[in-house]
Amino acid sequence: MAYQPDRSQYPQPGPDGKLDIDLTSGKYLKLWQGPNHPGITGNMSVELTVCGDEVVEGKTHVGYLHRGFEKLMERRTFIQCFPIVCRICVPEPDFNEYCYAAAVEELAGIEIPEQARWIRTLILEMGRINSYLMYLGGQAGALGQGVIGQWTTYVRDLMLDRFEEMTGARIYHMFILPGGVRDTLPEGFDGRMEETLQEIESTLADVDKVMFHNAVFKKRTIGVGYVDPALLDQYGITGPVARAMGFPRDVRKDDPYLVYPELDFEPVVGKDSDIYTRADVRRRDLLMSVDLIRQILAKMPRMGPVMSPLPNVLHWQIPHGETYVRGECSRGEYGYYLVTDGSGYPRRVNVRGPSYTHAMALLERLIVNCNISDVAALLVSLHTYPPEIER
Amino acid sequence: MRELYQRLQSLFVLGELTEQRANLFFITVDKDRLRPLLTHLRDREGFSHLVLLTAVDWLEDGQFQLTYLLCDRLSRRDLGLRVMLDRANPVMESIHDLWPTAATYQRELREMFGIDFPGSPRLHEEFILEGWNTTPPYRRDFDTLEYARSQYAERAGRETRDPETHMRAQLYPEKH
Repeated sequence: MAYQPDRSQYPQPGPDGKLDIDLTSGKYLKLWQGPNHPGITGNMSVELTVCGDEVVEGKTHVGYLHRGFEKLMERRTFIQCFPIVCRICVPEPDFNEYCYAAAVEELAGIEIPEQARWIRTLILEMGRINSYLMYLGGQAGALGQGVIGQWTTYVRDLMLDRFEEMTGARIYHMFILPGGVRDTLPEGFDGRMEETLQEIESTLADVDKVMFHNAVFKKRTIGVGYVDPALLDQYGITGPVARAMGFPRDVRKDDPYLVYPELDFEPVVGKDSDIYTRADVRRRDLLMSVDLIRQILAKMPRMGPVMSPLPNVLHWQIPHGETYVRGECSRGEYGYYLVTDGSGYPRRVNVRGPSYTHAMALLERLIVNCNISDVAALLVSLHTYPPEIER
Repeated sequence: MRELYQRLQSLFVLGELTEQRANLFFITVDKDRLRPLLTHLRDREGFSHLVLLTAVDWLEDGQFQLTYLLCDRLSRRDLGLRVMLDRANPVMESIHDLWPTAATYQRELREMFGIDFPGSPRLHEEFILEGWNTTPPYRRDFDTLEYARSQYAERAGRETRDPETHMRAQLYPEKH
């Protein structure tokens, strides 16, 4: 059940719906958390109004990182957009590459080869592991457990090594292009990936002991940051936040893409919808990704092309149309809405990131009545990435 | 999806239909008829998830296109509703009471495209741009290069060269 505080001492909404807060009364204090606060996920800030140690109002402020990517893409040819799309979400760039490439392929009528579908799925699952490892470190760090971040950074670095040997890059891979992927897997990749996966599993066992079985972590997360299941569709909640409420919502199952229909898995679900459950759902999802990578490497074909023939990309014109392509990233539904007008440039690209809905409207709703010391943990538990809000 | 379209057609006046995929349709709707249609789709047809709300600037036609993308998760289908607005007077009814999260999209659209949604919460608070007093930046007629030149000074010693002339001078110095 959600925590129901006594609101009689707190400001009431006025006739215009806004809280009637008299800052001169000395009862309330306004302070900013962020934009460069270590407990805030990146460059965003929350304008808090507190009464004692309880938040009575929180307003999110973004814009410190806005790069106008959607506008920049309108001035670039379809292929020139690739260095931009992967930078929209820094910790998990591959979803942008996949969604953009899939949207372009759909409008241009391009089919991708079988092996490329498997390699794309492999990359997306590797990216998901990277993102979850970063999250686990952040979630523990927001509650003062810095060591978890060091451990998860170590294993994430091993996964970046696998990315580097596969794509030549560690963070921005630009490996998924319209038509397929750039190359096949390098020789000996499977064995080295297995070693990395075993290291991740062994580190997660330690994380379990120190983070998930820790009395302090439990006390500060169980029952805190409760998200009411009634808010699911009102606030467009997707991904682990929705699954922690008990809804088995997973685009990989609901609207299957790539080779997910050929893999054996079930969406990870929790039921308590608090910070602890969300962390646990992500931990189990991470282990599921480890299993999915093993399944992919065991089943994927190793022969055949990885790239379909493309027109001359420098003079590539895509017919008039519009589409929306989605995928399940580590934070929820990620999608690209692409509109073309028959020219060599996208007419409009709109990125639908889960951080946008979670970090703005939902956070402002959840933060009311939250203890000021729990704000950082609450924000991290929604797993928001500001570059995706301010694309 | 065609069944759904025929059912909706018997209840509402609908415009052009585009079938993008078996599970993705786009329908054009008049701005005054959007709200009852959205309410019906949300409450009766299972399209309870507002995936996104965004705008496309059709500068040549003098119109803005608003796209409301809805998803019915149980039957795995998406429906995009296109609303065309007069670009000279872009005002649209707010739907924040149907989906609270729409208020965030509307704030962004007001700032980036200059489309007004009267009554939407915090609409006139700055969202991303501080002190912006010129054409909204995501409109097609906003020239990013001209804006940058008017707002920011060039670094001292910086030169701008025509790439073709520059490369000729580099490759064939004897001819220059």
